[in-house]
Amino acid sequence: MFISWAMRDGVFFDEMTAEDGSSRPAYAQLQAWLDDTPIEYLRRKRDEADALFRRLGITFFVYGEGGGVERLIPFDIMPRVLSSAEWNTIESGCIQRVRALNMFLYDVYHDQEILEAGKIPKDIVLHNRAYRPEMAGVDLPHQVYSHIAGIDLVRTGPDEFLVLEDNLRTPSGVSYMLENRETMMRLFPEPFAELNVRPIGSYPDILLQNLWAIAPAGSSEPTIVVLTPGNLNSAYFEHVFLAEEMGVELAEGQDLFVDDGHVWMRTTEGPKKVDVIYRRIDDDFLDPVAFNPESTLGIPGLLSVVRSGGVTLANAIGGGVGDDKAIYTYVPEIIRFYMGEEPILSNVTNYLLRDPKDRQYVLDHLEDLVVKEVHGSGGHRMLIGPKSTKREREDYAKRILANPAEFIAQPTLALSTCPTLVDDDLAPRHVDLRPFVLSGETTTVVPGALTRVALREGSLVVNSSQGGGTKDTWVLSE
Amino acid sequence: MLSRSAENLYWMSRYIERAENAARVLDVSYRMSLLPAAAPKEALYWKPAIEIGNDPATFKAQYGETSQSNVMRFTVLNRENPSSIYSCIRTARENARAERTRISTEMWEVLNETWLSLADLDAAKLSAWGVRPFFDWVKARSHLFRGVTVGTALQDDSFHFERIGTFIERADSTARILDVKYHVLLPRSEDVGGAVDYYQWGALLRSVSAFRAYRTIYRREITPWRVAEMLILDSAFPRSLSACLAQVANTLQLLARSKRLECARLAGELFSDLRYGRIDDIFQRGLHEFLTDFILRNNGLAGALQKDFMMSDVVE
Repeated sequence: MFISWAMRDGVFFDEMTAEDGSSRPAYAQLQAWLDDTPIEYLRRKRDEADALFRRLGITFFVYGEGGGVERLIPFDIMPRVLSSAEWNTIESGCIQRVRALNMFLYDVYHDQEILEAGKIPKDIVLHNRAYRPEMAGVDLPHQVYSHIAGIDLVRTGPDEFLVLEDNLRTPSGVSYMLENRETMMRLFPEPFAELNVRPIGSYPDILLQNLWAIAPAGSSEPTIVVLTPGNLNSAYFEHVFLAEEMGVELAEGQDLFVDDGHVWMRTTEGPKKVDVIYRRIDDDFLDPVAFNPESTLGIPGLLSVVRSGGVTLANAIGGGVGDDKAIYTYVPEIIRFYMGEEPILSNVTNYLLRDPKDRQYVLDHLEDLVVKEVHGSGGHRMLIGPKSTKREREDYAKRILANPAEFIAQPTLALSTCPTLVDDDLAPRHVDLRPFVLSGETTTVVPGALTRVALREGSLVVNSSQGGGTKDTWVLSE
Repeated sequence: MLSRSAENLYWMSRYIERAENAARVLDVSYRMSLLPAAAPKEALYWKPAIEIGNDPATFKAQYGETSQSNVMRFTVLNRENPSSIYSCIRTARENARAERTRISTEMWEVLNETWLSLADLDAAKLSAWGVRPFFDWVKARSHLFRGVTVGTALQDDSFHFERIGTFIERADSTARILDVKYHVLLPRSEDVGGAVDYYQWGALLRSVSAFRAYRTIYRREITPWRVAEMLILDSAFPRSLSACLAQVANTLQLLARSKRLECARLAGELFSDLRYGRIDDIFQRGLHEFLTDFILRNNGLAGALQKDFMMSDVVE
C-alpha cells in the first residue's frame, strides 16, 4: 500500500517518512510490510482491535453531565517505531532525569543544599502547594520518592527529543502500554516475527521487585497493596490491571485502617498488616486527619505511620514538588547540581510568568505560545495561542495578570507526526511519548513507552480525555 | 482476602443466579400464557412472576396494571428495580470489575460480554431479540459463567464465597417459586393433594429444570406432594433446598477452618432439618409456613455470613 500525503513544507517531522519521501531506517521493514498489505486488511484489523478492547474491558472513565461514562480508549493499530540509537538516548536521559529528581526531593526534605547554594529560589520550593513540610527529615528506603515516574517527551526533529513534563506523582498509562503490545502481537504476528521488537512484559515484575525492596526494615515477606480511589476513577482499569499482574490486593481506603503504629487491612480472616502501599490517590486525599478532612478515600492516620517508618508509600508523599511546572524550568540545573553531568534530554523553553521580563514577552506573544497553569494537568484550561481567538487571549491575559505565578508559557511545538489509521486511510497525526521510569534499589526503564496520538487533524492535544488515542511503541534491538 | 472482595464475589454470584432464576420464572410464565386457561392469565402467570423475587409494591406504584408487557418491563428491563435481569447483570459485572484480580480472565470476559450485549437493551430490542430466545440466552450465559468458574477459577476462598452466593440465592429462589406457585395453583387448602392441572405442575418443574429429573426419581404421575418433596428434600436434585444447603454448610466448614462461626452453625442446623425432614411433617405444619420460615432462616444465615466474614473490625 502506498502512503501518500504531502509533507507539510517540512514543518513537522514525520516519524516514518523522510523529506524526500523515502521511509526512515527504523521504519524500512514496516514500510515493506505495509507495501504488501491492502488497506482493507488494516481496516479489518482495526475492527478486531476494537472488539478485543471491548471484550477485555480496557476502558477509562470520563466525567460529564449526568455522571460518568465508561469509554474505550481509542487505539490506533499503526505502531510507532524507535531505533535502538534513539531509544538509548531516551532511556539514559530519562534515567538521569529521574535519579536527579529523586535526589532533589531527598535534599529539599533534608539539608536543602540546592536552596542554600542558590540554584533555585527558595519560595518556589518551600511555598509550593505540593511541598509537604510534614515529610521534612523523614528517611525513606533507598531515598526514593518517585518510584514510578512518567516522562512526557515530544519530538521535533531527527535527534530532538524534548521533555515536556515530568510526572512524579501517580502517572497513569502503563496498562495501555502493556495491553497495546498484547493486542498488536495478537493482531500482527508477522511483523513481530520479522522485526526485532524488544519485549516490555517484565514491567509488572520489575515494579513488584521494587515494591519489595522498599518495604520497611523487618518485613521479610512484605504485604503489598495497590490503593485505588475506586471504580469511578478514570484510571480504575489500570489499578485493577497492575494489582492483577503483580498478584497483590487492590484496596480502597475503607479496606485499610491505622492502629498501633501500623496500617492494617480488613480481611475475611481478621486484620492483616500492610507494609507497602502503591497508592493511586493524590496526597490531598490520602489522610483526612493530616490533609483534606473532607476526603473519604483515604486512611485516617496514614501520615503518622509513614513518618514513623511503619509503612512505605509509592510514590512518597510530597514528591509532587519535583514535577511542578515552575520547578520544571530548573530541572537542567538540578541534574547538573546532583549528577555533575549535562542533561541528556533538553527542556522545552519555558517562560515563568512570575518573572516580569518573561511575563512581558509572553503577553506580547500570546498568539504564538501555549500558556498553562502551573498546577494543572490533563490539558485542561490551557491557552493554545495559534488556535485561540482574540477574545480568548484577552480573557486569558486577565487571568494571568490576576495571578502571574500560577502560569507558565511555552512555544507551540512542531510535534512530530506518525501515520495513523483515521477513518479509512492512513494520515499523519501528532504524537508524544511517555516512557515509564521505575526506581527502587536501581532506576530502570523497560524498552517501550506509551505513544499518545492526537486523533483530530492538526490537533496537538494528545490527552485521552480530549480525543487522544494511543499506539504501541516498538523499540528495535540493534 | 479482603473482606470487601469476599462480599463482591459473593454478590457477583448471587446476582448471576438471580438473573437466571428470573429468566426461568418468566420463561415458564410466558410459555404458560400461550395455553388456554380458566382463570385470567394475569393472576395465574404474571402476578406470581412479580411476587417471586421482586417488590410487588413498587411494581404496583410504577405500573399499576399487571399485564404481560408491564411485568416484562419491570422484571427484565427496569434500570431501577435491583432484581430486574438488567440490573442483576449490571451489578454482577460491576462486582466482577472490582475483583478482576481474583477471578479468572475467562470469568471476567463472560460477564463483560454478557453485560455489553445487554447494556442498551430496551423493549423494542427485546422484542426483536425474541422473548424466549432472550430467556434462553440469559440462562445459557449463567450456565457458561458457572462452568467457566468451576473450570478456571483457583479453588481458594474466593471460589468458596462465590459458591456460597450461588447456593444461598438458589435456595431462596426455589423456596419462593414453590411457595408462590403452590399458592396460585392451590388457592384453597382443602385442595392440597387433590386433582391438579398436569400442565401447571409440569411448568413448575420445568422452571427449575426438574421435569425429567422428576420422572427419573418417581416414575409416576405428577402430584403436588411429590413436587414439593423433590424441591425441598431431595439432595440429589441440584436446585432443591436440601442440595443447596448441603453446599452452603460444607463450604462454610472449609471457610471457617477451626473457628466456631455463627453462620456455619446456622447453615448446619438448617441443613440438618432438611436432611432429616419428612414431607408429611412439612405438610402437617403447612407448606406455606414451612417455606416462609425457611426463607427467613436462609436470610438470617446470609446476614450472619456477612457479619462473620465481611465486616471484620479494628484489632482487638
